[in-house]
Amino acid sequence: MADQQDTITGIDVPVYLKYNFTAGAGPARFLSQVKNGKLTGQRCPRCQQVYIPPRGSCAACGVATEEELVLPDKATVQSFTIVSIPIPNNPIKPPYIIANLVLDGANISFIHLMSECVNEDVRIGQRVQAVWKPEEEWDYSMDNIRYFKPLDEPDVPVAQIGKLPVSGWEGMSDA
Amino acid sequence: MRDIAIVAYHQSRAVADAGACNEVEMIMPVLNEVYGQVGINNAQDVDFVCSGSCDYMQGAAFAFVAGVDALGAVPPIKESHVEMDAAWALYESILKIRMGSAESALIYGFGKSSPGELPIVLSQQLDPYYLAPQWIDTVSLAAMQARLLLEQGVITERDMAAVVSRSRRNARQNPNAQLAGDISVDDVLAEETYLSPLRRVDCCPVSDGAAAMIICTEDKAREWGVPYALIRGIDHRIETHHIGMRDLTDSASTRLAAERAGVGDGPVDVAELYAPFSHQELILARALGLGEQTDINPSGGVLAGNLMMASGLARVGEVFNRIVAGEAQRGVAHATSGPCLQHNLVTVVEKA
Amino acid sequence: MANLAAVVGIGQTKYTTKRDDVSIAGLVREAAQNALDDAGIGWDDIDAVILGKAPDMFEGVIMPEIYLTDALGCNGKPMLRVHTAGSVGGSTALVAASHVQSGAFNRVLTVAFEKQSESNAMWALSNPQPFSTHLNAGAGGYFAPIIREYMRRSNAPDDVGIKVAVKDRLHGARNPLAHLQRPDITMEEVKESFMLWDPIRFLESCPSSDGACAMVIANEELAEQSAKPPAWIRGVAMRSEPTMYAGREEVNPQAGKDCAADVYAQAGITDPRRDLDCAEVYVPFSWYEPMWLENLGFAPEGEGWKLTMEGATSLDEGGDIPWNPSGGVLSSNPIGASGMIRFAEAARQVRGDAGDHQVEGARLALGHAYGGGAQFFAMWVVGADKA
Repeated sequence: MADQQDTITGIDVPVYLKYNFTAGAGPARFLSQVKNGKLTGQRCPRCQQVYIPPRGSCAACGVATEEELVLPDKATVQSFTIVSIPIPNNPIKPPYIIANLVLDGANISFIHLMSECVNEDVRIGQRVQAVWKPEEEWDYSMDNIRYFKPLDEPDVPVAQIGKLPVSGWEGMSDA
Repeated sequence: MRDIAIVAYHQSRAVADAGACNEVEMIMPVLNEVYGQVGINNAQDVDFVCSGSCDYMQGAAFAFVAGVDALGAVPPIKESHVEMDAAWALYESILKIRMGSAESALIYGFGKSSPGELPIVLSQQLDPYYLAPQWIDTVSLAAMQARLLLEQGVITERDMAAVVSRSRRNARQNPNAQLAGDISVDDVLAEETYLSPLRRVDCCPVSDGAAAMIICTEDKAREWGVPYALIRGIDHRIETHHIGMRDLTDSASTRLAAERAGVGDGPVDVAELYAPFSHQELILARALGLGEQTDINPSGGVLAGNLMMASGLARVGEVFNRIVAGEAQRGVAHATSGPCLQHNLVTVVEKA
Repeated sequence: MANLAAVVGIGQTKYTTKRDDVSIAGLVREAAQNALDDAGIGWDDIDAVILGKAPDMFEGVIMPEIYLTDALGCNGKPMLRVHTAGSVGGSTALVAASHVQSGAFNRVLTVAFEKQSESNAMWALSNPQPFSTHLNAGAGGYFAPIIREYMRRSNAPDDVGIKVAVKDRLHGARNPLAHLQRPDITMEEVKESFMLWDPIRFLESCPSSDGACAMVIANEELAEQSAKPPAWIRGVAMRSEPTMYAGREEVNPQAGKDCAADVYAQAGITDPRRDLDCAEVYVPFSWYEPMWLENLGFAPEGEGWKLTMEGATSLDEGGDIPWNPSGGVLSSNPIGASGMIRFAEAARQVRGDAGDHQVEGARLALGHAYGGGAQFFAMWVVGADKA
């Protein structure tokens, strides 16, 4: 019998739990459309704001959203960060840019990658467009869009971000 | 202390799998129902909101945050959350009203247990160094408890079967029940054991769903002009986590909470007990001092449908429904948390 | 009206990267015992325990109050577990206070903890879910774009965040419990530190800590009898809003403004910079100091950074309104406890018991916590006087 043992200061106890996730009825509609390369938002019946990806409800009003509308794949940079540290379970290698982007015709941003750009030139109000994976790789996922790349369009004034029509920024300035 | 009035209650139908619904989609219809019962528009029309849920049901950190999306919380609201059954959210809300910082409160609980394997998930609420690594599931722990009761002659298998039979029969009148039907005591006893001595029918089903309640001061209830019942007492107690140190054939914490809540101060017409296993209903009925005159689990109880994280609140809601329907004058609701009835909450509800 | 309540005991652990000499139970026990000792009472004098921590996934223990009841002497008593994301430490203190303010309890113990070394919070926060893109980059990835937008709007000079990072570490060096002990830190060093989530540098971010914080809250009668001066709870407030909704103001959230207005009104505060003596505010990334200075009404919108740069929030520069004299979240961050530490440190100040980081003559202090996507707020104002 050993009286003197090293003090145990920790044990590894891996926890594995399996879950079958459900996206929800609203998001499921979005995902089935994105599989066909379409970005489908939902409009709140009360405040008329357009959510994408939709979550089946308007968080501000607490009501269900049902009316759907297909949005273009052009967007405006609401803000962004350059991530320089690796994140567990994240397959993307740093440094990379993640941005809060607002699609034309939408009133809320979502997070996605930006690429094909000079990091130092990325700015709030910048115009970008989706770069899609080849159609045969499309799945029920926002990953169908590989990233967003800069567009050769004038920047959107900050006050206008999140308020563009479906026709986009240039569509608006024409009108 | 001020009496608190319950003015509205609603729950979703207990289903094994809510399918494509996400949490917000599950909660919203239930909230709309209670808003309708008192004639308000949304959470802006109450002074405080408190919810109960568990991240591990959904398998994501901050799962409760999605609940806020169902409330219409713009402009911002006074809101809090317990990582417990919503019966404890009710408790927190009562304190808020009693301290005078709210006249009314909305309470809701929700759980979508179907994505995971609930008994296995719940094994991770045990002591993380000694017990959780053994993956002792909640059903096995309950089975050990049932065996103690049987071997000590406190109850018989027939007593347990009678609980199951009555639950199924009562559930036939409950449109929200998941399991209902005619099953005799002999039918139950004829079934195979699952985790000995428990049969599958001795164990509650796992259900997806949500429940919501609105409470307020009596003045506010009169202002809203809706039927209401009064919460005359509420208390909760926890006991040791070391199963070996507890008398599993009794529920000391329920006994204590019942005494503090004043269960014995009058006749109990109806009791809704959160007993996930048939033998636990027998333990609870004894600990609460309930006799022949009490109608126990007229809804069928959680053996007929178990909205995890909302079942405790649902017990209070069921008693409220009986009282405002004039079927009972005074009732007791019980909620539990932890393995083998470790933590228990008792509420006494009376006719206004 | 609510009954009067006061903090009569405070206990903390030494914050550090890894407390491998204690279990989770040992950690919470230590803070709780320290709080009881500070209050000069024993376990039997406690009527209920209110426990808070951030997501269960951080340690992988579901509903840990079930397991921790023994360590917290709670058997046979009521136990409540609060979870409101990062604001939880603050919310837990408020729920504990409501136990006494409602008249239902005479004296309660409240504890909040996080043992980050037994978990991977970055993983728990970025837990990949099907259907979503793998872009979750931890809390910094979420807040960096919001900070960038603040910098654009306010035209604040680039070194404001650097200044806060230095100031809070110098404060932390006065506090023996603080995790980071960096009396020698310089602006240059912060500036040269690795850019994690542009514009957030490594030294502009909070550390990961193990730790627990506990308080004993008692009613008026017991508080008056307590050996050490009580910290009277003069105002309590909570506010929540959804994470994402169209048109949400993320830089200066309405929920924070409303929460502050509520708590100030209760405490009779009309000008927080003038009326308060100090504030313990949840600043996990340095730029949140100027942002919250504005959100909490210490400065007009767009001008919070000026207070920081003038040294108004610095103990070392003799500022008129020291922020985070304890070193703040930037010096110690056991996530679930961080909010309660703010509340407890505010109480220490008005009890005159804050040691080397004492703000001289502090009579009225603000404790603040926020969580989620800066959408959950909890605040209290504590004072040396009852009213």
